[in-house]
Amino acid sequence: MLIKKSADIEPSEITPESVYRSRRLFLGAAALGVAAAAGGALLLPRGARAVPPATFGTLPESRFNTDEKPTSYDDVTHYNNFYEFGTSKEDPARYAGSLITDPWSVSVDGEVEKPGKFALEDLLKPYALEDRIYRLRCVEAWSMVIPWVGFPLSALLKRFNPTSRAKFVQFTTLYDPEQMPGQRRDVLDWPYTEGLRIDEAMHPLTILAVGLYGRHLPNQNGAPLRLVVPWKYGFKSIKSIVHIRLVEQMPQTTWHEAGPGEYGFYSNVNPHVDHPRWSQRTERRIGTFFRRDTLMFNGYGDQVAHLYSGMDLRQWF
Amino acid sequence: MVLNSATLPLPRNAVGWIKPTLFTAALLPLLWFIVAALGDALGANPIEAIVRGLGDWALRLLLLTLAVTPLRRLSGWGWIGQLRRMLGLYAFFYAMLHVLAYVVLDQFFDWTALGHDILKRPFITVGMVAFLILLALAVTSAKRLVKRLGGTRWKRLHSLIYPAAIAAVLHYAMMVKADLRNPLIYTALLALLLGCRVWHRLLYKPLESR
Repeated sequence: MLIKKSADIEPSEITPESVYRSRRLFLGAAALGVAAAAGGALLLPRGARAVPPATFGTLPESRFNTDEKPTSYDDVTHYNNFYEFGTSKEDPARYAGSLITDPWSVSVDGEVEKPGKFALEDLLKPYALEDRIYRLRCVEAWSMVIPWVGFPLSALLKRFNPTSRAKFVQFTTLYDPEQMPGQRRDVLDWPYTEGLRIDEAMHPLTILAVGLYGRHLPNQNGAPLRLVVPWKYGFKSIKSIVHIRLVEQMPQTTWHEAGPGEYGFYSNVNPHVDHPRWSQRTERRIGTFFRRDTLMFNGYGDQVAHLYSGMDLRQWF
Repeated sequence: MVLNSATLPLPRNAVGWIKPTLFTAALLPLLWFIVAALGDALGANPIEAIVRGLGDWALRLLLLTLAVTPLRRLSGWGWIGQLRRMLGLYAFFYAMLHVLAYVVLDQFFDWTALGHDILKRPFITVGMVAFLILLALAVTSAKRLVKRLGGTRWKRLHSLIYPAAIAAVLHYAMMVKADLRNPLIYTALLALLLGCRVWHRLLYKPLESR
């Protein structure tokens, strides 16, 4: 019997199952053993966890969307780097429940004509949300495809009338060790900060996200408001933002401070410039077995390469 | 020589059941990885989980191997020494699976990438050094090789387990991005185990040579 999928499928309803099914087959064979299959029932397989219902309805799609297969919802929400909740990939999903995202307020200040502190719902009110299906490349050489829900950062920044001295934008994550247990250890210099050059911030690919897979952002993915800059390594896309500040000087950023020789301010995805401790030439797409070549600017070169013309990207890594 | 004159009470034939129990127990991590891989319970990045998990177990068994001699001296149970070779071979076994998982699952025989990794990335270079030492020790672990090499030479060769263990812990510490807690725990345990030996030497060498 031929089973047809309905044509009007939304990103929020894409079934990710076959992705990991193929991997499971390979790993099963690679693991050499058949004897142990019975014991497998004792462990909780991924995908057995419930996916919450969609909340945003049908959203307009973006011309920037990739048609690559999105990584499963379960993997996107259970394999995270969010050191505020612990340094293992499983920690954020496990511990981010303690983050209170409502009420939430965001300050916008610095080199703007109309600074202020806003309740999140007031801040977001003017913007139409869209689906943005982007590749995400982590500096650790793995990648995902994630259907974000968000709007261009430029739209938000314009509303506050940046002055001519606004050359950079600095973002800050919430600092509250009560809610973010990872901050009780000084693994990084809290609070987490990130930054963009103003032209990077105003680029149409740069978005603020409030959801993924048509649902509100789970806490472990940076609820309630996070940055997404798809041509840069994932750590640039700061999570759980409480402060946006426009500044004249290049701001300090957390990973750059932790390892200036390893993490640059720009941190554009670049297969030709290795991390000092591992190669950036290839990456593993979560849910697939073979490594794939990493693309310059994570495949967004046509849109963003001009921002860096004349710059030596080995020096400005 | 025995450190305490009063040995702790334990049947002399305890090794008769402890050794097979330990042999089976040391297989459990491998069994777990197989079951978890088949059951798709290794998370979003199962390859990373397998590579790192096998490395963790190689390191744990290496430290356990190094714990044999201090435990024997402290307890006075001579039979503990009979577990050392098995534990050492298990450490090598997991190190080998760790390297195999890296070559096959992580890099899928991309020899160019592997070559670059081993030569250009210090943490992989250091890990490879540790593995090659363990390989040499595993190959020369058979009893007849002790005889053929001669006790003194064999002992000298096998004291390379100390640099191997230091390299293995260093390999782990150099890989970590920012959170050094786990590598520091292993470092502390290794320092303790090596410290036991230094302490033993300082206490007993002068007496023996007198």
